[in-house]
Amino acid sequence: MKYNKGAILRSIEQPFLKDDIPEFDTGDTVRVNYKVVEGNRTRIQAFEGVVIARQNGKSARSSFTVRKISFGEGVERVFPLHSPLIESINIVRRGRSRRAKLYHLRDLRGKAARLKTDLSRQEADRAKARAERGK
Amino acid sequence: MKGILGTKIGMTQVWRGDRLIPVTVVLAGPCPVVQRKTNDSDGYSAVQLGWVDKRDKVASKPQLGHAKKAGVSAQRHLVEFRDYSPEDDAVTVDIFEAGQNVDVTGTSKGRGTTGVMKRWNFSGMGASHGVKKKHRHPGSIGQRKSPGRVYKGKKMAGHYGGERVTTVGLELLEIRTDDNLLLIKGSIPGPNGGLVIVKDSKRKVS
Repeated sequence: MKYNKGAILRSIEQPFLKDDIPEFDTGDTVRVNYKVVEGNRTRIQAFEGVVIARQNGKSARSSFTVRKISFGEGVERVFPLHSPLIESINIVRRGRSRRAKLYHLRDLRGKAARLKTDLSRQEADRAKARAERGK
Repeated sequence: MKGILGTKIGMTQVWRGDRLIPVTVVLAGPCPVVQRKTNDSDGYSAVQLGWVDKRDKVASKPQLGHAKKAGVSAQRHLVEFRDYSPEDDAVTVDIFEAGQNVDVTGTSKGRGTTGVMKRWNFSGMGASHGVKKKHRHPGSIGQRKSPGRVYKGKKMAGHYGGERVTTVGLELLEIRTDDNLLLIKGSIPGPNGGLVIVKDSKRKVS
């Protein structure tokens, strides 16, 4: 009997994959619009911060970690990338980063914890947006 | 008790509303009925199911003869299910209902020779406080002159894994009849690609 374990697992994960996820990488600042259920009504809560890690690549189980400083205290949240609770992800700023995981930011405060803006990617974003509008 | 044979495919996660649920995917059936045992002829009632066809070339002559009686090809695995008599000539995942509880039996992953900490969850000894070269040891294994021996069955280091394990009371999340797949919530024994036996749960749902 022939079967392909990977193909079977992918066929199960397939329906949960979202196709409207913007391209972003570690170092980027993003705003995650997350649905919060309070009793019987849902509202959108935004969480804005630097993406310090992306886990498990393209699989349906992939997630990303966002870090922000809230009232002087570092706060990190891990979001499943394909979560139905994520309403949308906005890219606020493209950061320049030389490594895949930015865990060293945890030990840095204030000015030291800044990342340089990746102007070339940010400019590419703008050009893309202009092209969209022009159409 | 009704049951089916299958192959563990692997684990993944599925969304149920807002919740991410861990599932194990099992490829199960259709399992041909190879033999029906009855009270009259065998002294007990059971059904023998097969799983994974074997080529005639690799099957032994007794295996071929046994399979020929049922009109199926020789099977790699044969398992009996007591007090179960399926109506059809093959058992498929249809016998279960989504949402019911199942017990899953498999052969656990072999771990070779292991110490007591891994095998029996012993605590080991301190990392400091004067402990010398005995950090992962069991400590005392008995008393003094009475009884003067180590009790039988004392938990010690040795071969761990590769044994028959049953996980009881797992929720059957979803059944995919077209693909012969079962989605079971949580983990089940054995490596991916291993043989598993899925049965109705004997645990009473309270």
